[in-house]
Amino acid sequence: MPAHTHSVSETGPEDAARPRRTFLRSAALLAASTAFLELNLAEAFAQRGATLAGGVVDLGQGDLAVLNYAYALEQLEAAFYTQVLQRPYRGFNAADEQSLTGIQSHEVAHREFFRSALGGNAIPDLQVDFGRVNFASRPSVLGTARTFEDLGVAAYNGAGQLLRNPDFLAKAGSIVSVEARHAATIRDMLNPYSAAFAGNDVVDANGLDRALVPSQVLPKVVPFVLTPVSASQLP
Amino acid sequence: MIDPTPLAPVIEDAAMTASITAGTLDAPTLIETLDPDLASRLTSRRGLFTRAAGTLGALASAPTVLAVASSEAFAQGLPGQVVDVLRFALTLEYLEAEFYRTALATRGLIPARYRPVFAQLARHETAHVRLLQGALGPAAIPSPVFDFTGRGKYPDVFANFDTFTTLSSTFEDLGVAAYKGQAGNLQGTPLLTTALQVHSVEARHAAEVRRVRGYVGWDGAFDAPLTKAQVLAAAAPFLAGGV
Repeated sequence: MPAHTHSVSETGPEDAARPRRTFLRSAALLAASTAFLELNLAEAFAQRGATLAGGVVDLGQGDLAVLNYAYALEQLEAAFYTQVLQRPYRGFNAADEQSLTGIQSHEVAHREFFRSALGGNAIPDLQVDFGRVNFASRPSVLGTARTFEDLGVAAYNGAGQLLRNPDFLAKAGSIVSVEARHAATIRDMLNPYSAAFAGNDVVDANGLDRALVPSQVLPKVVPFVLTPVSASQLP
Repeated sequence: MIDPTPLAPVIEDAAMTASITAGTLDAPTLIETLDPDLASRLTSRRGLFTRAAGTLGALASAPTVLAVASSEAFAQGLPGQVVDVLRFALTLEYLEAEFYRTALATRGLIPARYRPVFAQLARHETAHVRLLQGALGPAAIPSPVFDFTGRGKYPDVFANFDTFTTLSSTFEDLGVAAYKGQAGNLQGTPLLTTALQVHSVEARHAAEVRRVRGYVGWDGAFDAPLTKAQVLAAAAPFLAGGV
């Protein structure tokens, strides 16, 4: 197992920078949302859930596959930021800590939301590999973060059309804008107060962010995930 | 502003901040202060689960420009519900585009170091206006007349950078919540993906303006949607022809 590989199941610190009341509100919302989604999952249970065959995790089909797809991406992001906070890069200042601690806590919350909502239909914990990231280097860490956040935004934007259940769409919507806030934040940390937060490399002339389908997204995460993941029944 | 007491003081906070005057603005966004009913709905976050509650009253005060019945407008074969969504979005994009166009043309308002941020915001909002006008075709509505002072409550909106960015932050967060709230009405149409692509750009904007104002770019791990009625109630003070 490579040196930087670890399971993604650990839980990180809470976002100390946020006011307590906001945290409590979010926690209450999360709990309520989870219960809400679990109810609606009864409908999705009729669809085939994720399977593990020959060491390959298949995401399954239908809405469950889309939720597991999101769960996989959130696992990757949560694991990455947890490692970033465990091994702060050179020049890790208070402002960086505040932003990255917040982002890490959100990704863990997203991951736990999907894990809880999917229950027995959830894919297993993915083994990740950040061997190509230099965790001592701010540009390497933030450059990787930018890739993950922009990809996450594009993935959620492209996955919305694949969801049948409107409640799942609403939940994905409540997550994707937070991913976009992360993307802008990371980009601003790299290029402060420039146009980069929503740069012309990700936002087109119509003012549109990218939207990618799973077959476009998954190859981009393969370098960071050891567990083979297939989405054979998603576009 | 950090209050260790859970939940109960939230609504009090909203009532308190509602009375603050321009120049002493001290919150990431004013959304929760623009409409007292909206504040309680947002802070309780019940909107996700009881969408219908409490929206009818606010709808009655919606500006007339938005009250045009969809039945008259089947633009380019679009269903009436979709036309409604696009007109609603166009109104918000008109507001944002004119807001930034005015600000960028106001000498001395935006410090040079932040100008690239607001130029990019203006570029996107103008593109969104064109995009929605194109999608609506003949059913596109003209721009409303805006009052960015919010009926006089923010008289220095284009003279005081703090006031300007506070309203900018408010409009961007409102836009994020508005698009989010309409996603369900576009489900099953090709416009859903387009709307999501606009939605995430608005969220990038919202985060960046918060950073310009010295805040982190978010409220928490999950952003709440707002209904059309909730958004219009919040935006009403800035729609001069409104109510």
